Amino acid sequence: MSAIATVDCDVLVVGAGPAGLAAAGAAARAGAGVVVLDDNAGPGGQIWRGAGAGVAAPDARAAAPWLDALEHPRVQPLAGARLFAQPAPGLALAETPAGPLAVRHVRAVLCPGARELFLPFPGWTLPGVAGAGGLSALVKSGTPVAGQRVVVAGSGPLLFAVARELKRHGARVLLIAEQAPRGRVARFAAGLWRWPAKLADALAHRAALAGVPYRTGSWPVEALGGEALAAVRVSDGRRVREIPCDRLACGFGLVPNAEPARLFGCAIAAGGAVATGARQETSVPGVFAAGEAAGIAGLEAALAEGAIAGLAAAGAGEIPAGPRRARERARAFGAAIARAFALRDDLRALARPETVVCRCEDVTRGALADQPGWRAAKLHTRCGMGPCQGRVCGPAAEFLFGWGAESVRPPAFPVRLESLAAAGEVPPGGTEGP
Amino acid sequence: MSGSPSPDALVVGAGIVGAACAWELARAGVRVSVLEAGLPGGGATAAGMGHVVVLDDNEPEFRLAKLSHELWSALAPELPAGAEFTRPGTLWVAADGEELDAAARRAAAYDSRGVAAELLDARQLAEAEPELRDGLAGGLLVRDDAVVYPPCVVPWLLDGARRAGAQVDAGRRVAAIEGRAVRCADGGRREAAWVVLATGAWAPELVPGLPVRRRKGHLVVTDRYPGFVRHQLVELGYLKSAHGTGSESVAFNVQPRPSGQLLVGSSRQLGVDDDAIDHRLLSRMLRRALEYLPGLARRHALRAWTGFRAATPDGQPLIGPWPGHDGLLLATGHEGLGITTAFGTAWLVADMVLGRPSPLPREPYLPARLAGSAP
Amino acid sequence: MSARVTLSVDGRAVAVAAGASVAAAIEAAGVAVFRHSVTGTARAPLCGMGICQECRVTIDGEPHRLACQTACAEGMRVETAAAGGSRGVGR
Repeated sequence: MSAIATVDCDVLVVGAGPAGLAAAGAAARAGAGVVVLDDNAGPGGQIWRGAGAGVAAPDARAAAPWLDALEHPRVQPLAGARLFAQPAPGLALAETPAGPLAVRHVRAVLCPGARELFLPFPGWTLPGVAGAGGLSALVKSGTPVAGQRVVVAGSGPLLFAVARELKRHGARVLLIAEQAPRGRVARFAAGLWRWPAKLADALAHRAALAGVPYRTGSWPVEALGGEALAAVRVSDGRRVREIPCDRLACGFGLVPNAEPARLFGCAIAAGGAVATGARQETSVPGVFAAGEAAGIAGLEAALAEGAIAGLAAAGAGEIPAGPRRARERARAFGAAIARAFALRDDLRALARPETVVCRCEDVTRGALADQPGWRAAKLHTRCGMGPCQGRVCGPAAEFLFGWGAESVRPPAFPVRLESLAAAGEVPPGGTEGP
Repeated sequence: MSGSPSPDALVVGAGIVGAACAWELARAGVRVSVLEAGLPGGGATAAGMGHVVVLDDNEPEFRLAKLSHELWSALAPELPAGAEFTRPGTLWVAADGEELDAAARRAAAYDSRGVAAELLDARQLAEAEPELRDGLAGGLLVRDDAVVYPPCVVPWLLDGARRAGAQVDAGRRVAAIEGRAVRCADGGRREAAWVVLATGAWAPELVPGLPVRRRKGHLVVTDRYPGFVRHQLVELGYLKSAHGTGSESVAFNVQPRPSGQLLVGSSRQLGVDDDAIDHRLLSRMLRRALEYLPGLARRHALRAWTGFRAATPDGQPLIGPWPGHDGLLLATGHEGLGITTAFGTAWLVADMVLGRPSPLPREPYLPARLAGSAP
Repeated sequence: MSARVTLSVDGRAVAVAAGASVAAAIEAAGVAVFRHSVTGTARAPLCGMGICQECRVTIDGEPHRLACQTACAEGMRVETAAAGGSRGVGR
């Protein structure tokens, strides 16, 4: 048995998005040796995807000082590294392009971000239908959209950023359909003065998207096409319009990626985010969480929480007031978003009995209708048993049926058998436990 | 419970064994009530491989497995599609000449007792399963061994039992067995002429002192790789490890599912109650599988999980009365053969309830043989 | 940013910017269907960030690789549904 590649560090940071970058920088500056794992090819997370690759992204300037954390001599960034197991406290296993890797650490900061909430509607499995953040991520990684007609739909301020990104890459954005009603969105916009940075973002989006219709109280009810998308039908509750298009970018908000924290045994708060305290500590000693995984509140919250978690994980005694105040302000913004963009009940009725809910195993809504709960659905219909491990259909089923998720077991992501086989063969660690 | 007459039989536990007992009893005209604490078929029934295998390590095991295999085969056409009943056959893999000699003896024994089996030499083995590593000696192919998805068989059995008049209570935990009655955790009490205990590895919780121990196992399922292997592949050394008395063992055991996925096993561990993945043992188990199927290394594992087999000291199940407990019939202790032998077990239980003769000797399975032995 | 990488998608040569994902190369090659689902329906990337597994293709002979999280490399061989790379054994 060959011992697997092993690195040792004081602080393991999972995720190289804003929270992870802030955590890594803060911990390193406080004297800790840091390893940063991220499953993407480059750092930046979703919002700053590609910002470190020399691509002329508008966010590159904002991202640059935070990306500098990865240049710190005490920080070792590992791209393309996917956390999949925690065989023992202080030991994390990742799959990397070079094979499995063991990271022995004293403390961990979990910053795995969020994913989009996808809700099933007829035609949502057609090629050409992607998430809103999903299409944005694809485009940032080079997927061509120039000259294509795109409808952006779903919910939340993310839709503006996505539309803007698509437009910047030459797409023709035909419509932004926001499911939240006009009144709530208007109240949210009117309150934006409390977060000047967000207000500036909103104004910049509005300028960049001049001429793109934004309709509140509108949502997609069906995607049409044969082997690929041809049109989308959008409803405002009274009438349905059919819009020919090449792509539909549709996401209904964000879901915390709580799986790494569940893998580490951390408690989960109501709403699905990782439960954290004042120092971003989780219920497990030595394990911290920051960013969207610890509650959907946006970029500023992620940066503040990451800095606090990084300091705490490095053993700093006092947490400076600056990041604490920034965190409170940003969390209030997150709460305002949650109120303004709460999902309407109409969305529960979009999926027909024959509409697929679980895309990995092609389980339809009709097949799930009789099931008493998530575990029964898994056992009897294979829902959630495919390679996404329920990450897409789980939150959808929770929205549709009120089912709760189960515990997370290794492998937390699909990995090669050789990686899983290596998980029990790590040489004894020289570091202290958390 | 007032108003309706007491059932003739209360079946405690709706795994594959309890569900088969309820189904068999109800169809035989017995008034049956089933009590299941959790999700029917959600325990060891869902955790295992679903291998219907005619094992021949000893005579009682062979008889019960063969009878049960015949019952499965007879039912196969009626099972729902979700039961995924297929017959890939079991290919016992011989690593060396000594194992091939053992395979030859087993082939002859199977053949003499009406089980289709054939011996493969090294070349035939490689043709049958090209992904197996080079240098293996041969194999024993038991053609009719089957594979099933038990979690979808259990609801079908319970539906059948209901149609024959049975009552099924899922989510009702039995807290105690009190003579010819059970007391539920919610305070209710039910009486019956017979209490059939089919709670697998958890049976000692209701009947303290039962010689049943939990033997933990691990399994891994992969993404879809149709055609990667074609038969249920088991190393011939499996029987040694499966029936070994050591506290821990692994064996190469890979099953192709009709979906194209592969189930990868197996491990056995006594004296562990924690259901968490044991990475050290999981690694040993996977390394063993990779020794036989090197191409598995880069295939993707989707999930790993554990389950608890109900192990007895002599490897035979406990089917029948337990001394000192009037009206109690045990249907547990099936170890790794619960799926295979569920229907044979149900048949024996029904025979006992109805006072019928049985098609095979009951004595090897009667719990009384172990009365007084330490669990 | 002028660096280009050439790879093959379903046997056709495609040149993309260095750093582009395999998902981008597949679309640049004019391929819309990445894979077929277990019941045979056409699929393409949904989440774009390694979650949904809809972008699985065969890369250099290894099936079920995520196109959205794999960066293109010179000489890489990518097979989509059209090449049987979706449900294939990948041998």
